Amino acid sequence: MEILLIIISAIFVNNIVLAQFLGICPYLGVSNKLSTASGMAAAVAFVITLATLVTYLLNQYLLVPNQLEFLQTIAFILVIAALVQMVEIVLKKISPVLYQALGIFLPLITTNCAVLGVAITVTKEVTFGGVTKMLGLGEALIYAFATSLGYGLAMILFAGLREHLALNDVPKAFKGIPIALITVGILAMAFMGFAGIA
Amino acid sequence: MSKFGLVTKGLVKDNPTFVLLLGMCPTLATTTSAMNGLSMGLATLFVLVLSNMAISALAPAVPDKVHIPVYIVVIATFVTVLQFLMQAFVPDIYATLGLFIPLIVVNCIVLGRAEAFANKNSVFDSALDGLGVGLGFTCSLTVLGAVREILGSLSVFGWKIPGTGDGMLAFVMAPGAFLCLGYLMVLFNKFLAKK
Repeated sequence: MEILLIIISAIFVNNIVLAQFLGICPYLGVSNKLSTASGMAAAVAFVITLATLVTYLLNQYLLVPNQLEFLQTIAFILVIAALVQMVEIVLKKISPVLYQALGIFLPLITTNCAVLGVAITVTKEVTFGGVTKMLGLGEALIYAFATSLGYGLAMILFAGLREHLALNDVPKAFKGIPIALITVGILAMAFMGFAGIA
Repeated sequence: MSKFGLVTKGLVKDNPTFVLLLGMCPTLATTTSAMNGLSMGLATLFVLVLSNMAISALAPAVPDKVHIPVYIVVIATFVTVLQFLMQAFVPDIYATLGLFIPLIVVNCIVLGRAEAFANKNSVFDSALDGLGVGLGFTCSLTVLGAVREILGSLSVFGWKIPGTGDGMLAFVMAPGAFLCLGYLMVLFNKFLAKK
């Protein structure tokens, strides 16, 4: 039951883009086409889950016992950067097809604040469904994966909207990013309705 | 470019928020009020000036192959310093801005200025550049924060406009951030970006 609450809360109620404002740059950047949007969403899901696993263990077993929590920011960003590089090398070797599909998105993910954001969030207390508590490793991984599903959902919904938006004739000053932001605003308003679940 | 131009170009011509569209996450997330926007802007300004100076001084000694990781470590160091300072002197603001202070590390404005300016200019010019871009960012965030605060809670910098009721809550919450930034960008395109 609690697991279900974490999942629903992470995907809908506290959607990472529409409620927490993380990972906006790639969200606006690659959501022009449905195909690139789903590629990016898959790459992000993969990296967020993996990065959370590594940083959670690093925090729990290296930083906290040695009272080095203040090094969290530096340690996490380095681990994430190294991890993304490694994933790139490994994927190239063992699964060229997947590498072809995710390839161009991987280097961009290092600077996606969603990855660092989730990694830092799970080391602190998380609120879901009216409960606030520290997450165990399993719960943290589920939270991370569900969050990235929420990212994918928001990304794919928005890419679909934008493909239609491109066909419309909008005033010159609204062209491009402004109209996209207004569209996300309305999408976020729709997502606010999910707050009732929690 | 003149020294004065370095400081002022971030305000309109190369405004990081409205023209370059960099650093969108903190822009949207922390501008629930004018005060929060201003604090976030100043925090970014602090990191930007110091990291620009350090990177400008280090650049000749850093091998090209590893320059990005080195820059990230430099930026992360200053962010950690900032976290300590804020926890010590302004714990309330630190608590409000929360996650977005450590996330300055991945703010593309900071790494962007290191790559585009600091690594090939003098320490003094890089400091001015950081100051200029940081001021531009601070202004945009304060304006966006003020607009959301006025619409959302009918107050300015925490000062309630007398004789008014409750504002439109949606503007303080997530949708308002996107809507206000979108419409401000439209105004910016219409009146200021014309050359």
